[in-house]
Amino acid sequence: MIEFHLDARSGVSPYLQLVRQVRQALRLGLLREGDQLPTVKDVVARLAINPNTVLKAYRELEHEGLIAARPGVGTFVTRTLSDASLAAHGHLRHELRRWLSRARQAGLDDESIEALFMTTFRAAAEEDIA
Amino acid sequence: MTTLLRTRELGKRYRRRWALRDCTLDIPAGRIVGLVGPNGAGKSTLLNIAAGQLAPSAGSIEVLGGHPASGPAQLAKVGFVAQDTPAYAALTVADHLRLGARLNPRWDAAAARNRIERVGLDPAQRTGTLSGGQRAQLALTLGVAKRPELLILDEPVAAVDPLARREFLQGLMEAAAEYELSVLLSSHLVTDVERVCDYLVVLVDSHVRVAGDVDELLSSHHRLTGPRRDPGTLPAGQHVVSVSHTERQTTLLLRAESPIHDPAWTVSRVGLEDLVLAYLSPPTAAGRPALEVLR
Repeated sequence: MIEFHLDARSGVSPYLQLVRQVRQALRLGLLREGDQLPTVKDVVARLAINPNTVLKAYRELEHEGLIAARPGVGTFVTRTLSDASLAAHGHLRHELRRWLSRARQAGLDDESIEALFMTTFRAAAEEDIA
Repeated sequence: MTTLLRTRELGKRYRRRWALRDCTLDIPAGRIVGLVGPNGAGKSTLLNIAAGQLAPSAGSIEVLGGHPASGPAQLAKVGFVAQDTPAYAALTVADHLRLGARLNPRWDAAAARNRIERVGLDPAQRTGTLSGGQRAQLALTLGVAKRPELLILDEPVAAVDPLARREFLQGLMEAAAEYELSVLLSSHLVTDVERVCDYLVVLVDSHVRVAGDVDELLSSHHRLTGPRRDPGTLPAGQHVVSVSHTERQTTLLLRAESPIHDPAWTVSRVGLEDLVLAYLSPPTAAGRPALEVLR
C-alpha cells in the first residue's frame, strides 16, 4: 500500500501532491491494478489534513480512470501507467546520464542544469500546445 | 441542513467595548473552518456565542439551522472544547468519561474508551496531573464521543508542543472523516490552519476582515510587483490588501475578481500565511481594504 507524505513548502496544493504521488507510484510500478489505496480516514489520521483534500484527490484520480471506489470495501487501482513506458525508462535514463555529464563538462552547475532543463521542458510543452 | 454557521450583523458588547461587531458570515456545513486573528480580536467571543455559552448583544446567529442556546436538542448537536482544554483536576480520566455518558444523550462509550486507550491515557489518572497534550486529547475524546454534528474548539493546541499538536490534529481530522463532523476552530498558527482547514475567517479588531473558501482565497489573491505607481489607479474589481513602495518599485497584495493582464506587473502566487498576515496588518493608506465577505 502507498504511503502519502506532504511537503508544506513546495507551493503545490496538498490535494495535487496526493494526486501526483499516486500517478508517480503507478508510473514506477509501485502501485498496480487491483491494489488498494488507503482509506480517507487513514490518510487524514496519518497526515493531519482535511478529509476534503483527500476526497478531492481521489475524485480527480477516479475521473482520470486510474482508481475506482467500491462502496463499503475501499478504493482500488483500476489501471496502471507503467506498461510500455516503463520499459523505456532504462534507455532514457542512460541517455540522460550522458547528457548530464556533457553538461558538467561544459561547466554547468546544478542550478544551471535544472534551469536549462526546466526552460527547455516548458518551451517544448508550449510548442506542443501551439 | 446546509449551513454550519449563519450570522447577520452579530455583535457582543461588554459595557462600552464591542468584543465583536457587524459579523456577517455564511459558512456551509461539512467544512473545517479556521478562525484566525490576534489575541483580543473576538475569536473566543464568536465561538462562545456559537456554542451557546454567551448571549449576543446585537444581530442574529444560526448554528446548524438552530439558535445556539435554544435547548437540549441544539446542545446535543454542538460540541465545545473551551480554551486551554480545561478538565476537572481532581477527577480521573474515567470519571470524565462517566460524566460525558451522563450528560450527553448521544454518548458513544465504545468510541471514547477506544480513543483513550489508543492515545495512551490511563483511566485511573487524575486529570490535574496530565500534560497539556494529554489533556487536549482527553478534551478531544469527550468532544468526539458526544457525537455532535459540529465541534467547536477554541485554541485547542496553543499551549502544547509540536508533536502533541500534530497528534491532536491527526485525531481531530480522523474524527472529522469518520463522523462527517463539521469543525470550527480558532488558532493563531497559520500552518496548522493551512493543513486542516478548507474555510478561513480572519478577525481583526472585533471585525471580520476576510472570510471564504481557502482555495478560492488563494486563487483570487495575487502579489504584484512593478514600477512605482499609485494604487488608486488600479482597475475596478482589484482590491488592495497591502501595499509597499520603494523609490522605484511598488509591491501590492490584492484580491482580484478577474485575471490581471497589465504587463507592467509581475504577478505571483500568495501563500496562505502571507495572505493572512496581509489582512492582519493595519489597513494601508491606499484606502479601505476589502472588508466584504467573499463567497
